[in-house]
Amino acid sequence: MKDPRADRLLKAWETPKGWRYWSAVNNSEVGLWYTLTAFAFFLFGGVLALIMRVQLALPDNDWLTPDQYNQIFTMHGSVMMFLFAVPILEAISIMLLPEMLGARDLPFPRLSAYGYWCFLIGGVFVCGSLFFGVGPRGGWFMYPPMTTEYQDGIGPDIWLLGLSFIEIASIAAAVELIVGVLKCRPPGMRLNLIPLYAWYILVVAVMILFAFPPLIAGDLLMELERAMDWPFFDVERGGDPMLWQHLFWIFGHPEVYIVFLPSIALVAMMVPTFARTPMAGYGWIVLAAVGTGFLSFGLWVHHMFTTGLPGISIGIFSAASEAVAIPTGVQIFCFIATLLVGRVQRNVCLKFVLAGLATFIIGGLTGVMVAIAPFDYQAHDTYFIVGHLHYVLIGGTIFPIVAGFYYYYPFVTGKQLSERLGNITFWLMLIGFNVAFFPMHIAGLLGMPRRVYTFPGGMGFEWPNLISSIGAFGLGAGFLVLLWDVFRPKGKLPLVPRNVWNAGTLEWSGEIPDQPWGIRSIPIINSRYPLWEQENLLADIDAGNFYLPDAEEGRRETLVTSAVDAELMQCLRVPGPSFLPFWAAVFTGGVFIFSTYHWWIPAGCCSVLSFATIVTWLWTGTAEIPEKETKPVGLGQSLPLYVSGPAAVGWWAMFITMLGDMTAFISLVFGYFFYWTVHEDFPPEQWNGEPVVGAGTIWPLVSVGLAVVAWCAVVMARRLNRGNHSVGFYSSSLLAVAATVASGASLVWGPYSNGMDPTVHVYSSSTGVLVLWTVVHLALGATMLVYCIARRLFGKMDAKHDADIVNVTLGWHFLLLTVAITGSVLALFPWVA
Amino acid sequence: MSESVNQQPVPLHEHGQRRPMKKRLWWIAISPSVWAIHFLACYITAAVWCEKIGKGNLRPLQISVGIYTAIALPVIIWVGYSSYRNFRRGDPPVPYDFDDPTDRTHFFGFTAFLLSALSVVATLFTVLVFVLVGSCD
Repeated sequence: MKDPRADRLLKAWETPKGWRYWSAVNNSEVGLWYTLTAFAFFLFGGVLALIMRVQLALPDNDWLTPDQYNQIFTMHGSVMMFLFAVPILEAISIMLLPEMLGARDLPFPRLSAYGYWCFLIGGVFVCGSLFFGVGPRGGWFMYPPMTTEYQDGIGPDIWLLGLSFIEIASIAAAVELIVGVLKCRPPGMRLNLIPLYAWYILVVAVMILFAFPPLIAGDLLMELERAMDWPFFDVERGGDPMLWQHLFWIFGHPEVYIVFLPSIALVAMMVPTFARTPMAGYGWIVLAAVGTGFLSFGLWVHHMFTTGLPGISIGIFSAASEAVAIPTGVQIFCFIATLLVGRVQRNVCLKFVLAGLATFIIGGLTGVMVAIAPFDYQAHDTYFIVGHLHYVLIGGTIFPIVAGFYYYYPFVTGKQLSERLGNITFWLMLIGFNVAFFPMHIAGLLGMPRRVYTFPGGMGFEWPNLISSIGAFGLGAGFLVLLWDVFRPKGKLPLVPRNVWNAGTLEWSGEIPDQPWGIRSIPIINSRYPLWEQENLLADIDAGNFYLPDAEEGRRETLVTSAVDAELMQCLRVPGPSFLPFWAAVFTGGVFIFSTYHWWIPAGCCSVLSFATIVTWLWTGTAEIPEKETKPVGLGQSLPLYVSGPAAVGWWAMFITMLGDMTAFISLVFGYFFYWTVHEDFPPEQWNGEPVVGAGTIWPLVSVGLAVVAWCAVVMARRLNRGNHSVGFYSSSLLAVAATVASGASLVWGPYSNGMDPTVHVYSSSTGVLVLWTVVHLALGATMLVYCIARRLFGKMDAKHDADIVNVTLGWHFLLLTVAITGSVLALFPWVA
Repeated sequence: MSESVNQQPVPLHEHGQRRPMKKRLWWIAISPSVWAIHFLACYITAAVWCEKIGKGNLRPLQISVGIYTAIALPVIIWVGYSSYRNFRRGDPPVPYDFDDPTDRTHFFGFTAFLLSALSVVATLFTVLVFVLVGSCD
């Protein structure tokens, strides 16, 4: 029998056809593009690895020049980390998370699409540089002073700007995923019932929020040094390359867990399915995920053991590096326990899971070895480390992702990958991997350094390297078979039955072939494995017996629930297909790409266009006033269509974004104080005969005072808007804009009137970067206020529908903190120091 | 509507008389956050001490770390203890692995307790360095 409700729902969620397909923003399409693109970059990175292995197969090989080799190993690391490992987790999460949570989509679909297009454009730009011989050559960690003083050309700029662009997209995805996990769950799915994948992703997204901003801050400092000669890492002018290492590894070590945890999250979904029993120790796994997330921020210095830091500092980080093995191990015991108590079903997925765990354990144990400083002094920068990190990353990330490919392939396509080809892939990969990477430990212990384009004969390196090269091609062959299996025509293969693995979690509730609506009706959930434990669930979902079975107004809608208990809060209308995210990404990409070549006019045009596109997107697609206040969502419930404040997803997104923004700012402040610790005299009165000046005392404090005035006016404006005092709202907002502009001007006037030259000494450049950061944020704060004024003027915001001004006020709380810290540090710290 | 939907009203209210951990997601983050603050305080104090003040004499540095620890450990232990009490309220069977919607108080209590235990271990690891290492270098 035809259900008209289903027809309306289908029409609302229909995927656009023809060339408009590329305007899709739904999580299924964006997630699929994201996954395929990340996989393509992975293959590119893999080919680069094979080229390196050809070069290193024999001693004194001159197939590649040192310069080519440097570009290739830099690009291999950068591609694998920035263009594969992090994006693939975002890709898989965007695709799977809403389905696991019974949501129709993530709360900000256009943001996901924007993130994807940024990733594609930035990734192609960075990879493309290799074909013109101008790729970065400084290793994936770009240590200065090599990258600031000894490498000509635009390679480092491509790395800095191209990857910063992608890092911003990663933070956007993190915002999306945190809000998705906390606010878009089905009613009843309390936090103790969510799929373990969602716990892991929540932890990882929070980690991204605190790990990526320090790197963005570092990128900003290095680009300022390269483009404008601000001497952050130039020792001759008071700079210190160690600051880069700190900022890079504050990102870089959590990054390892950022790529590991989502893959292990896939394992946590597969193990119960194949053991046919719920996961043993759910609470313990949450401990492992949260504990690892925290401890991973206390490890960064173990990448810097040989830089001459005080032994006691090294000891602290060595101890934390040992401690992190505890939560990491706990989850592995939980997996083993689950497999032991269950009735295990053997297949290729499980083989990859087990191979991944075993490989990761080996990598983890060598990790514990190198966490011990005396051993690290010996092994540092040798092939032992290359062996260790590949065991960790391939065992902890790649094998589980390949398992995930086999597991979720039917979910995406309705067809199954071949077990026979899968077995060939498995053995090729497992044997190839171990043959490739185990000898590296030996080569490293024999003393072979990393990142050398060739090695001399007669030092015992020949055999380990030749064996590694042979193994690498075995591993590569495994991926070729997988690639063939994934892309071979499967027209004659039958569709798999629904829930092909007989799994217990909600993502398998989808029909075969899948419908674009995500789920026919959003169920009430009261167990961790609803498909196993909730009687008649699928039939009720299909019959539209739960929430939102219809789309009466032809709009895309999903449910918003409370963060802990998943109680119903709102019916959220999510935006449909649009090219706006695409164009916004193209223009934002233009800003970064043209800036790399110092083509300032096209870069300026792109920034104007990007700003205009993003404002159009916000103006037309967010905080829309609905035609009615509430709507019935089924089961006798009515929910509001518009909410503002902490109940709204937009408020959460703003809060989370500002946390990330604050982290980047604190990293810059950390830099300022770091220079104080490394200098006897900071700030110095003179440097090389020139006076070193900062922002002075008065003007930064005036700036803080004006920012306080602006902030009070913003808070007042929010209140006046809520009281529907139009004139009061406009006056208060305009006062806030004027005070903001004055605050920014006085912050600039301080250093300007003192005649500060940021290129003289790092004290001036540290002052300069704090001023720059704060002034840009004040400009954003003023722009957001002007936006709110316009929204009210054009009837898109009123006393009841005030999400815009509420979110802007939230942003302003953080902005005030930023100005207060900048002003007081610049004005007062020189006196204290 | 089919029978089964009617059978699945979720009791979205707290059972028991007190509601100690209702809606406290942040509670589970307290102990590891205290570890993080303690860790950073120790690291920054050590870095500044060794760079700026005295390389030879570590005693004042060790006393500072002792004070930090005297503040941090009781907080973590208190969070762990009260979490454990929350988890045990209603005497859930051990080993705990419930899968019940009314059970998230136990769940938060249990997870916060485990995280507190991990935080105690990690904090002691940090302190141990100051006990065992006698000089900056």
